[in-house]
Amino acid sequence: MKAGLEYALTKLHQGENKVAEHLQVMLARHPSDHEVHHVAIDLLRWSRENVRQLADAAAGYDVQLSAEAGQPSAEEALARAATVEEVTPLTLLDDVRTLYLLAAETSLDWEMLAQHAQAAREADLLQLSKKRHPQTQRQMKWANTMLKVRSPQTLASMD
Amino acid sequence: MDRTRIEDPWGRRTPFARGHMWPERVDEYFTDGVRAEDVQEWVPAASILDSNGDAMDIAVMDGRMVGVRGRATDRVNRGRLDIKSLHGWESGSSRDRLTTPMVREGGELVPTDWDTAMGRVVERCRRELESKGPRAISFYTSGQLFAEEYYTLTTIARAGIGTDHLDGNTRLCTATAGEALKETFGSDGQPASYADIDHADVIALFGHNVAETQPVLWMRILDRLAGEDPPRLLVVDPRRTVVAEHATVHLAPRPGTNLALLNALLHEVIERDHVDHAFVEEHTVGYGTLADEVADCTPEWAAQVCGLEATDIVAAAELVGGAERLLATVLQGVYQSHQATATAVQVNNLVLLRGMLARPGCGVLQMNGQPTAENTRECGADGDLPAFRNWQNDEHIRQLAEIWNVDMMQVPHHSPPTHVMEMFHHMQEGTITFLWISATNPAVSLPELARIRSILSDENLFVVVQDIFPTETTALADVVLPAAGWGEKTGTFTNTDRTVHLTERAVDPPGQARPDLDIFLDFAARMELTDRDGGPLVTWHDPESAFEAWKRCSAGRPCDYSGMSYDLLRERGGIQWPCTEERPDGTERLYEDGGFWAAPALCETYGRDLVTGASVQPTDYKALNPHGKAVLKGATYLPPHEEPDDEYPMYLTTGRTIYHFHTRTKTGRAPELNDAAPRVWVELSETDATEIGVAEGDRVQVSTPRGAMRGEVRLGDCRPGVAFVPFHYGYWDTDHPTGPPSEADGRAANETTVTDWDPVSKQPMFKLGVARIEKVTS
Ligand code: SF4
Repeated sequence: MKAGLEYALTKLHQGENKVAEHLQVMLARHPSDHEVHHVAIDLLRWSRENVRQLADAAAGYDVQLSAEAGQPSAEEALARAATVEEVTPLTLLDDVRTLYLLAAETSLDWEMLAQHAQAAREADLLQLSKKRHPQTQRQMKWANTMLKVRSPQTLASMD
Repeated sequence: MDRTRIEDPWGRRTPFARGHMWPERVDEYFTDGVRAEDVQEWVPAASILDSNGDAMDIAVMDGRMVGVRGRATDRVNRGRLDIKSLHGWESGSSRDRLTTPMVREGGELVPTDWDTAMGRVVERCRRELESKGPRAISFYTSGQLFAEEYYTLTTIARAGIGTDHLDGNTRLCTATAGEALKETFGSDGQPASYADIDHADVIALFGHNVAETQPVLWMRILDRLAGEDPPRLLVVDPRRTVVAEHATVHLAPRPGTNLALLNALLHEVIERDHVDHAFVEEHTVGYGTLADEVADCTPEWAAQVCGLEATDIVAAAELVGGAERLLATVLQGVYQSHQATATAVQVNNLVLLRGMLARPGCGVLQMNGQPTAENTRECGADGDLPAFRNWQNDEHIRQLAEIWNVDMMQVPHHSPPTHVMEMFHHMQEGTITFLWISATNPAVSLPELARIRSILSDENLFVVVQDIFPTETTALADVVLPAAGWGEKTGTFTNTDRTVHLTERAVDPPGQARPDLDIFLDFAARMELTDRDGGPLVTWHDPESAFEAWKRCSAGRPCDYSGMSYDLLRERGGIQWPCTEERPDGTERLYEDGGFWAAPALCETYGRDLVTGASVQPTDYKALNPHGKAVLKGATYLPPHEEPDDEYPMYLTTGRTIYHFHTRTKTGRAPELNDAAPRVWVELSETDATEIGVAEGDRVQVSTPRGAMRGEVRLGDCRPGVAFVPFHYGYWDTDHPTGPPSEADGRAANETTVTDWDPVSKQPMFKLGVARIEKVTS
């Protein structure tokens, strides 16, 4: 049981970290796209909180996960943001798609953890998943809405 | 009416007891030398200088307006007028009205005729349409036109051009009110009525400086306070306003923390079991989730977050918890701050938990700022679909396509509408290249003005501006169209409590100026916009026929006008919608029969996530609320995106004064009003003034990460740590009429405000920024 639990927690922890990283890159890459920028600050807070609470919970099962690991520093995020040569409206669509996919993977990992917790009668983990999984789902929904809102304008104005 | 009203803006008291009729008091004002008995004609109208919709008559002599008088029989004001209504109309005859169309030639705006000006507009619009498609075209309108004008503009934009880039300046003003009502009740529509002031025993005002924003409504409250069995007031405002001075409990929370406070109030109502369980059970969904959400939001927790005393929060909770008839009101202190919609929704929740709905003295008034904002919303000129139809509901789109006789595909409905800040983003990206602005002044009223000016000045953007005066925005236009003002054209509009008034043409517009409706109709004709059978898309030709068209569109929806007519409005004065064959007298309170417009097939929206603004999917909504009850939707408090630090140690909040409306284009041209508040000021608490080392009258510079402005210090009753600047002042009456002479020398509050908005309503956050304040010696 322990190995399964460790697997599920670690995988989820990795997923949340990836979402956090990507949000940070988005923040650095689209500073003047205000619709994105300000919401991304709140979404990032959720991911960080998820990482922290996961690390806390894992500690109770002797699984060591960093409460902060994997998040790039502000400079690193800027550097990664700069890997795209020119930030165009299309860049944002790409970034929103990536966010959706990363959050979707993470959402599946939350499912996996919740299923396991239920079967193994780990009430605390089940509770954690009930409380924190919705934030991941809301990240997906936001990405989905942004894609719907932005793609007509972006695609219609491509030469 | 004498000049003392400037000093005593609310005038003489006419006290009345709870449950009684508000006595009449007729206010009037005439230009020097004119007496009431000289007046040749009285023309019915209603005031468009705040959202109250005060009924009045315009006095006419020899083809000129010479005075105004409040209408004693009208339900809204019972004869009273506020000082803006008494004096503001004088600006109509000011010498610098726009009287001829203008076009830009070699960088300069030069006078021309209508044919030339409209020819350019149409040619450019066609060119953009052909080369880039409808998404290159955008319209930005107002909260001060009439229903007939908005409906015509919406028809042109949506069904004619086929763009969803259409918004009103109501985005700055009333977007959160509409959104909060939709989130809770499934559809927009003000539940309560002004008459509820007469019956309430507790009135809770959230971020609502009613004394300055709706002076006549404040007179009604003052008259109750002076009468028998007066109401008690709960006031939430970071400043000790005139309203706060009359409060039983006044809370001045730290800016940006409204939601934490509301969550604590809900927590206490639940904790002390002031919940009307039968009502909640029968009429709402979501109680369990809401209770969970606020379970940890104790008064002690909120006291920390908001910078208040826990005991004061408890006192506030007891006041609303013990009320027999609770009326809650909300305005900009909530709408233009952090987590705006989430907070406004909690006020709805408060009223619902207490079962205070649809009875005399009970309910919620999500106020509007602007006089005709309700019409911007219901006619769809804010981008929403007309008559509160749902963009995610194909049946609603089909109805609209049928009304307009166009193909369903012609009506854009693939995503929520483009709000104005997003439109400016697309202009900055270069994907919107045509912008038509009507009756608003974004070069002073939008946030972060340096950015707005640079976008509007971009050569690739073609800007049409239709207005009655030269403004900071007309200065940046490619074509300027002179419009008729209030009293020079006919139309209807609807105030905050759903009261519809007809306001008629009393005099002719100056020069070549034309009613806004005529300008839109002319555009539709020149563009040869057609329906699916090749006939003209816009089938009406004057205000009354436009009203009839709008009635047909509204029929069967919450804002049903089908029982009204111009004749009925002339005969009866103000009537509240819905007004139908079955309800010919209109409707004082919504939801009296317990039914909401929230069923999945009827509702205007399936809602949004209160933190991210993501749209809720139809299937999720159907699962949540199959029977169309009111939705109790909770939200978690989040810290604001910007907080004071060493560099910017103060909070900065912007707001209004009773003497001015908007960017002062009208009130700044009325001598009495201008003299009462001629210059911008910076209001500080004594503590902060001492700390900064300034005294009353000193000149200070307010700097933020966005820009700077300067003004004179006024010592006031702000919460320490908070500075206040009125947002009305721009540049048109300075030596630099188009903008600040230098970056440091601005005087518009919006030089400093942040480009950030509520993710749900998209209303900009004018009430929450950080600033550094320094004495200016030069
Ligand atoms: S001042 Fe602002 S809030 Fe008030 S009516 Fe105008 S737009 Fe609305």
